[in-house]
Amino acid sequence: MALAFDEFGRPFIILREQDQKTRLRGIDAQKANIAAGKAVARILRSSLGPKGMDKMLQGPDGDVTITNDGATILEQMDVDNQIAKLMVELSRSQDYEIGDGTTGVVVLAGALLEQAERQLDRGIHPIRIAEGYEMASRVAVEHLERIAQKFEFDADNFEPLVQTCMTTLSSKIVNRCKRSLAEIAVKAVIAVADLERRDVNLDLIKVEGKVGGKLEDTELIYGILVDKDMSHPQMPKHIADAHIAILTCPFEPPKPKTKHKVDIDTVEKFETLRKQEQTYFDEMVQKCKDVGATLVICQWGFDDEANHLLMHRNLPAVRWVGGVELELIAIATGGRIVPRFQELTPEKLGKAGVVREKSFGTTKERMLYIEHCANSKAVTVFIRGGNKMMIEETKRSIHDALCVARNLIRNKSIVYGGGAAEIACSLAVEAAADKYPGVEQYAIRAFAEALDSVPMALAENSGLQPIETLSAVKSQQIKENIPFYGIDCNDVGTNDMREQNVFETLIGKQQQILLATQVVKMILKIDDVISNSEY
Amino acid sequence: MPIDKIFKDDASEEKGERARMASCIGAMAIGDLVKTTLGPKGMDKILQSTGRGHAVTVTNDGATILKSLHIDNPAAKVLVDISKVQDDEVGDGTTSVVVLASELLREAEKLLASKIHPMTIIAGYRMAAECARDAILKRVIDNKEDPEKFKSDLTKIAMTTLCSKILSQDKEHFAEMAVDAVFRLKGSTNLEAIQIIKKPGGSLRDSFLDEGFILDKKIGIGQPKRIENAKILVANTAMDTDKVKIYGARVRVDSMTKVAEIEGAEKEKMKDKVKKILAHGINCFVNRQLIYNFPEELFADAGVLAIEHADFEGIERLGLVTGGEIASTFDNPESVKLGHCKLIEEIMIGEDKLIHFSGVEMGQACSIVLRGASHHVLDEAERSLHDALCVLSQTVNDSRVLLGGGWPEMVMAKEVDELARKTAGKKSHAIEAFSRALVAIPTTIADNAGLDSAELVAQLRAEHHSEGCNSGIDVITGAVGSMEERGIYEAFKVKQAVLLSATEAAEMILRVDEIITCAPRRREDRM
Repeated sequence: MALAFDEFGRPFIILREQDQKTRLRGIDAQKANIAAGKAVARILRSSLGPKGMDKMLQGPDGDVTITNDGATILEQMDVDNQIAKLMVELSRSQDYEIGDGTTGVVVLAGALLEQAERQLDRGIHPIRIAEGYEMASRVAVEHLERIAQKFEFDADNFEPLVQTCMTTLSSKIVNRCKRSLAEIAVKAVIAVADLERRDVNLDLIKVEGKVGGKLEDTELIYGILVDKDMSHPQMPKHIADAHIAILTCPFEPPKPKTKHKVDIDTVEKFETLRKQEQTYFDEMVQKCKDVGATLVICQWGFDDEANHLLMHRNLPAVRWVGGVELELIAIATGGRIVPRFQELTPEKLGKAGVVREKSFGTTKERMLYIEHCANSKAVTVFIRGGNKMMIEETKRSIHDALCVARNLIRNKSIVYGGGAAEIACSLAVEAAADKYPGVEQYAIRAFAEALDSVPMALAENSGLQPIETLSAVKSQQIKENIPFYGIDCNDVGTNDMREQNVFETLIGKQQQILLATQVVKMILKIDDVISNSEY
Repeated sequence: MPIDKIFKDDASEEKGERARMASCIGAMAIGDLVKTTLGPKGMDKILQSTGRGHAVTVTNDGATILKSLHIDNPAAKVLVDISKVQDDEVGDGTTSVVVLASELLREAEKLLASKIHPMTIIAGYRMAAECARDAILKRVIDNKEDPEKFKSDLTKIAMTTLCSKILSQDKEHFAEMAVDAVFRLKGSTNLEAIQIIKKPGGSLRDSFLDEGFILDKKIGIGQPKRIENAKILVANTAMDTDKVKIYGARVRVDSMTKVAEIEGAEKEKMKDKVKKILAHGINCFVNRQLIYNFPEELFADAGVLAIEHADFEGIERLGLVTGGEIASTFDNPESVKLGHCKLIEEIMIGEDKLIHFSGVEMGQACSIVLRGASHHVLDEAERSLHDALCVLSQTVNDSRVLLGGGWPEMVMAKEVDELARKTAGKKSHAIEAFSRALVAIPTTIADNAGLDSAELVAQLRAEHHSEGCNSGIDVITGAVGSMEERGIYEAFKVKQAVLLSATEAAEMILRVDEIITCAPRRREDRM
């Protein structure tokens, strides 16, 4: 795009290859953008809630993913439209920030856009709508703070945490064993949590999956699981009280980075070189042995000779361990990653109670368990399941549950789920609307209406009459002035979410409202779209 | 205002009913494809690869068939995946799992047509699967305490597994072989220790189990053909030109004499190496890599049997069998563990010469030599035997067994039916459908055998109404009879895996209400 001036000094805009571009301006641009945003939200709408459906996504290479995790669906959807990409970003940022509620945020944004369209039809200026939304979101977030409840738990009594994780897991395919998975997630988070600082480093939790067995076999391992086996088939498969040397240098002859040539021109040189080579391997292995290591974990490969020497000196070794895993092992065992053999000292060795190899199924799949580590602050969730897609989906679900547990440790406030929080907010926003003079009032009311769409979608997905159910719950909330009534998705027989134990984290909900509002504001502010019409 | 396309070109989206239909149809197509291979009278399939040579495989192993299909339907891919996992986990039942999953979806489609929500169906299926599992769990037979009986159980399981395969003619023979082989493993599931060697020629009946270890290699010329009380060094080392491994080393000389000198030094080096190897006091040397003529000659001179180019697995197995360690350096001969065996000799199987190690230390390993008319027969025989071995090795660990011949399905169906009657709500339709899907398996088995399935299954159902019934379909005689008397047994672990993973897969597919297919990745044109 360039700005030029004609002979009279009037400015005009030149687009490159103008005839191949389409340009949408003003209200048309907004309408088109809203339509695109809504289309994305519509796809996700049916995945919301415990009775939400899954999506099957076939990737560009023919690989199949089955999921109902909003962020994953959008990520894999291969979206082309710019506005749709914004929605994808939206769900991704919710995923990074909170880890859960990725579907809800998109559904909310879609509803906000839908309401905005109606206001546009009324002739309200988009900026005024955006302003109104902003005010409304502030009201909603404050109201959430008011209705939020603190709940108490500690390392011994984590039942409330388990309940919250179960809410998250109940919408996934794994809800068959949500209880055990929620317990695993909570235990994992508590194991690595720093309850003093109220912080959890999720990097310390490794989620590993292996096809086979059944979902019930999923387990939490207080230690590290590495998908590798011993470098030599005859090395011991079980090492008790291991001292681990963690190396990032290969058991191979040195390769200086500068280009060089070693010329051999006499027999003597040939001989010395040969000797050198042999002593080199010998020294490497001896070095490890000298510092007292009983297991070597190496990021690189081994030469045949080195491998045999290791075996011969009774020093089990694992090769080709990935960088991330290496770091985790170092953290878990309290060892240091050693880049050179010369720097190996006994203090730098990691310690683990048991290292064992375990084989699975009928194929020769083996994995290495490193357990009872010196520093227990690294755990692995090991998932088993009937097929590949199941494992992947379980991994995603566990990730969500872990995030929820972490958020609760950071901030103990919760709001009630099942749409209860949204309905309460909607009521608060509705009430607040009347206090605002000016056009924004309409936008604020629209916001309240948009908030209703989340419980509405929940009811719809659960096979209930959406409007009927919603209005019943709403009136119940007003009548009894209790913000805990939500949609009874699982047909339990009560609307009281306290009884159903359906919680969500306060920050998660707040983040949803804020992020959705921000994106909608951004979309509303666009009034000119220039795109390549055909290419 | 038309909505701009959200997806990229070529991407497609299918929603709601259409999506569900697409996945149900895909899954059913896969089910129907493998259905005819089910049971003792199941038919085989010819698979012709599109690769070079158009290699042909004849098989009735579900996993093998599905593995070689190119499928576009995502739901079908889920089924292929479960069959693959079944193969990896328990080794058998790869066809049954797919047939059951597709039957579950077929029933689900009918329910969907009568406007029952997929989530309700899933809830029903889950309850039904749980109930079915409990039903067979109650009726398992466990003979772990009694080794004699347990062995006969194993033989019967092996025969049941084998009777649907190409080996059914000689199933007693092969079942015995498989049981023997698995018993030697002593509870380990490491099937690597059982080596299967295929040699065309003779007939399937000529196949045999050998207690020792057979290496498909020739003995070097001029070396002893028979060694008693062999001491074996198993090695993985370069015996061609032992290169200098230090990076950047190269030979640069300025005259011919120097070349000769270095060549001499190289030779000397090799001689040294051979000398070191010989210092171990061995009379047999097995190497994974090539052995060049020069060292081979040196070995021959020393009267040592040198075997080159044994593949990696062969080496590992040999190490396992003879108890020697795989060596790559030879500086401390006193501490390297050597392998031992009583006798090494060259044997002939058909036209081929093989090396036979007998009287090995570790009794775990053994070799099974398969003989047969053609490569296709041998390949299929190997797959069948592999299935049987897998099932047996899993059963040794989990010794619970069930009767076969559609018996477990009928037991489950009966229990599930009763559950359906007790359950209130729409779920009961789904539970009922589950029981129908279970009955489809014996129906298919009977159909494949050309029997009157409707008649037989009805009769079977009636008999199962009485408590403690052992009846199943005997396909060979074509009648309903006691499975216990006929010795048709199946492993509990296999049945359980079939039930659980088929339900899981069906559930997964049912939960889908939208299929989004991304644009296929463009292959870069290299033309």
